[in-house]
Amino acid sequence: MDKIPILKLGEFLLVTVQVDMHDRLAMTLQDDLTERIVASHARGVLIDISALDIVDSFIGRMLANIAAMSAILDAQTVVVGMRPAVAITLVELGLSLPGVRTALNVEKGMELLRARMREVEPGQTAEGQAAYGEGRVQQADGVE
Amino acid sequence: MAWSETLPLRSSEDVVTVRQRVRMAADREGFRLVDQTKIVTAASEIARNTVIYGGGGSATIEGVEKNGRRGVRITFEDNGPGIADIELAMKDGWTSGAGLGLGLSGAKRLSNEFEIVSAPGKGTRVTLTRWR
Amino acid sequence: MAQTSTVIPEALLKHEASLLSDWVAKQGKTGPELHKAAREFLGAFREGAQSGSLDSIDGAAWEHAREVLTDFSIEQSRQGVSAVEVATFILSLKEPLFALLQRLYSQQPEIVAREVWNATRAIDQFALHTTSVALKTREELIARQQSEMLELSTPVVKLWDGVLALPLIGTLDSERTQVVMENLLEEIVRSGAGVAIIDITGVPTVDTLVAQHLLKTVAAARLMGAECIISGIRPQIAATIVHLGVDLGDVTTKATLADAFRIALYRNGLQVTARAARNGGAPEPARG
Repeated sequence: MDKIPILKLGEFLLVTVQVDMHDRLAMTLQDDLTERIVASHARGVLIDISALDIVDSFIGRMLANIAAMSAILDAQTVVVGMRPAVAITLVELGLSLPGVRTALNVEKGMELLRARMREVEPGQTAEGQAAYGEGRVQQADGVE
Repeated sequence: MAWSETLPLRSSEDVVTVRQRVRMAADREGFRLVDQTKIVTAASEIARNTVIYGGGGSATIEGVEKNGRRGVRITFEDNGPGIADIELAMKDGWTSGAGLGLGLSGAKRLSNEFEIVSAPGKGTRVTLTRWR
Repeated sequence: MAQTSTVIPEALLKHEASLLSDWVAKQGKTGPELHKAAREFLGAFREGAQSGSLDSIDGAAWEHAREVLTDFSIEQSRQGVSAVEVATFILSLKEPLFALLQRLYSQQPEIVAREVWNATRAIDQFALHTTSVALKTREELIARQQSEMLELSTPVVKLWDGVLALPLIGTLDSERTQVVMENLLEEIVRSGAGVAIIDITGVPTVDTLVAQHLLKTVAAARLMGAECIISGIRPQIAATIVHLGVDLGDVTTKATLADAFRIALYRNGLQVTARAARNGGAPEPARG
């Protein structure tokens, strides 16, 4: 059976969903991912869904499950790249994916994860701002 | 003008095929992207129910017209155990399985017209229509 | 009945050229397009009358004739010709056709009477057909212009890197709000902006549906990884929202666009400080 590839990027895992997933494939991804988190000691997971043209309640539930399970395994999950039409439809469907962090693209998702790790692990200094803004602190210095 | 096609719904791969065919139908009827996404998502929810709870069945996709408005209608039919309490099944969060319980109610919100006919032992027929 | 006894196809076949020039001469204006349409239609009309009945133009026999007229009507109405003018084009075939029948069968008035009636029925139906096509084309044009206007009237502007604003002005109806919100979300993806401000200072009233669209947009943006701030909520609108029982939940709202902008900058790790605090209140520089 086909699988969705999971890429390791340093401390993070990156999953790029390229195909219209059938339900079993989604379940396989969920299992594969939790195993990989443990095996690779990953601290964060990025799930890029920018290629998905729909997310229904099943896939929505899978995303929420992955986020919840990875949190238990001490890894942050960020879902990135949800398309506007998909987001509007999910809202209408009644799904708000509580507990799932989101970012506009992979780069921003990565910033979010890094900021998160600085927050959780003291030692590196980061100003006590909202997680979102932290990734931008450097740029902020440049502008001022 | 009027056209229709019937697809089998036996496996989760069939659900993907139905999604793709509904997308093509909505595109052919000139739906905007957001409206396409809504009807495809609604169809996906019901198609999954047909496979999981109905024990398989079929989906009929057709182009329809009313008062000069074009639309897409999908009729899902199965010969499964049926639904005893439709009102309860339509409630947000209610599920007999492992789902989120948003299948029926969510699909209804994503459609302009929604009809469900079911009785215990008589199977289930769900009809979704969305206008352009 | 009329099908077997009509002499019209024969008359058309023999006198097509003269009928065509008489018909075209009836038109107020002429041109290659009009001439071509008239010629094609006469040919198709003859075909139709040969194989089909003049009672109804719905059948397959008349398909070609309907097509010729449909294309012509669409073309004409796109050029701004009115539905009445397009219908007049086809109705004006009656006079030269009747004159022709009169000439050919001057000795047999009963044939003239019958054929005039036959031709009238068919031509009237074709006139109705062109009118309906012309009106439909117009409606489509208007619908397209309306949607273009919707997009024009609601520009999404960039206030800063990572900060978008959507200043809404005028009455929001449900459809307009929907289109506007979709544009905003598309623009968020395009620009990669993490914060978008929806400013409703210029909106006189908000009803339940519009309030719900606003909330759904905020929720959708959040799913995409962006934050929306709603600013410029006037006291009456705040009261309406409370009366309607709409729960703004944890949506960030600010009284003014300026307040919202300040928050948006802060979310981006930026803040505005007075120059005096930094470089001793230098005189106004070229760039503030």
